[in-house]
Amino acid sequence: MNKTLITLTLAALLAACSSPVKLNEVPVEEKAGVALAAPSEQAPPPPARSAVAGIDARPLTGVAPGPEGVTKVIYFDYDSFVIKSEFQSVIEKHAAYIKQDSKRRIALEGHTDERGGREYNLALGQKRSEAVRKALNLLGVSDAQMEAVSFGKEKPAVQGNSEEAFAKNRRAEIAYK
Amino acid sequence: MRGEEYSPQKIASIVQADLERSGQFRGNALNQAMDELTRPDFSVLKQKGDEALLTGSISKLADGRYDVRFRLWDLVRGQDLGGQSYATPVADLRLIAHRISDFIYEKLTGEKGIFSTRIAYVTKLGGRFSLWVADADGENAQAALTSPEPIISPNWSPSGHELAYVSFEARKPVVYVHDVASGKRRVVANFKGNNSSPAWSPDGRSLAVTLSRDGGSQIYLIPAQGGDPRRLTQTTSIDTEPIFYPDGSALYFVSDRGGSPQIYRMPTMGGPAQRVTFSGTYNISPAISPDGRWMAYISRINGQFKLHVMDLKSETTQFITDTGPDERPSFSPNGRLIVYSTLLQGREALMTSTVDGRIKARLAGQNGDIREPHWGPFLKH
Repeated sequence: MNKTLITLTLAALLAACSSPVKLNEVPVEEKAGVALAAPSEQAPPPPARSAVAGIDARPLTGVAPGPEGVTKVIYFDYDSFVIKSEFQSVIEKHAAYIKQDSKRRIALEGHTDERGGREYNLALGQKRSEAVRKALNLLGVSDAQMEAVSFGKEKPAVQGNSEEAFAKNRRAEIAYK
Repeated sequence: MRGEEYSPQKIASIVQADLERSGQFRGNALNQAMDELTRPDFSVLKQKGDEALLTGSISKLADGRYDVRFRLWDLVRGQDLGGQSYATPVADLRLIAHRISDFIYEKLTGEKGIFSTRIAYVTKLGGRFSLWVADADGENAQAALTSPEPIISPNWSPSGHELAYVSFEARKPVVYVHDVASGKRRVVANFKGNNSSPAWSPDGRSLAVTLSRDGGSQIYLIPAQGGDPRRLTQTTSIDTEPIFYPDGSALYFVSDRGGSPQIYRMPTMGGPAQRVTFSGTYNISPAISPDGRWMAYISRINGQFKLHVMDLKSETTQFITDTGPDERPSFSPNGRLIVYSTLLQGREALMTSTVDGRIKARLAGQNGDIREPHWGPFLKH
């Protein structure tokens, strides 16, 4: 029975009721932690088994400024996690700024271009943010003030699949909290 | 089916689409309406070469629910294969159609049908990301989470009630476990750095995850309720994308310890890892069929990311798609189909394929780019 296709006939539908049935569409609402409810008419119908309750996540606020006039983006070559020498002074300026105040907090956010799988790229992006973290650490910035994370390929700076777009997406960003 | 033109859901066409997508059925719709009590004229129908017939009816009950009844006939043997009747709220009509597909599939193939299972997937539209829970045909999608930041790696619990996933709403990847029906969720991994790639153990008690808390990306085991992670890999390379072998004894995962990302296997309790993929320089995203026989994964060939299937016993592999780039395969719980994401006409979309690649279908879905599918388990009902 596995080799041949089974042919199945489905009988069509006959009119059973003379008056059409009112469509009772249930709108999808996205309130935190609230189960979906159908609008009630007379007796409310029993709850559906396939209900999905939605959550709406709010965007985070709270971004602090960094050192004035210093770029917060460090670019990387393809398949590379090495900080190029042209970015050394950028790293030094950030290190100096962070060390001025022990309450300053930064996230180092690593990114990749869009080629390849999401989880593996998350790990590759992490190698970039880790490289910046290590460089800052070597200049005396405390680990308590830094967190190295990754967005992988999920947040490209530039859309598209040209070499130019790829180059602009292979980066680590310094985000002051 | 009698009464269907007044029904909000076209039961017979949903059933036909389900069974055809399995690759094992070809359906014809009869223009003649027959309910579950009508005895078919076997000689007439058999002459057309049809082997089975679905008949039925649908009507509305006084309390607002629908009464759906059907019967399946074996036309070759002239036998009544049985039927069911359901009283169901309108929101569950599609689910009932899928249950009918399951009944037919099981009666005629002897295997369990997957039509009333669910698939989770993520869409990106405008600047917003949503995690959807949909029927196995992609329809009836409801959003479990919407967010201005990315969502990746949804993974169903063995019970089918919870979804683990990675959300970036905290501006870093964090693993959540989310009860789908109630919307209640908890953080299970938010350690310093990345927390990602959750995979439920078959007993539902723990999750394998990738954490970067100790510097690089390594694999840990964590209790499903949250708690202290136990580190499983001990390398300075990238180890990620863990998934359990169906009996829970081993983990398959991706590692670039050999210089490029390849798939490895290691005992769940820890121990030496064995390499599984040897062809090509980029093999990721393993998924194992429920019977442990097949591994679906993504392999980069000539710069293209393509879905491959490996017979784990013989280690032979084949690629099964002519689209690309393909991502994140996931097996149906009966092991017969694979869902994956690919690029169709410039948009990310979901496809299902039979394991041999012969029958493929595009899944209906929400607007926007659709990615990161995961096929849910059989539900007990």
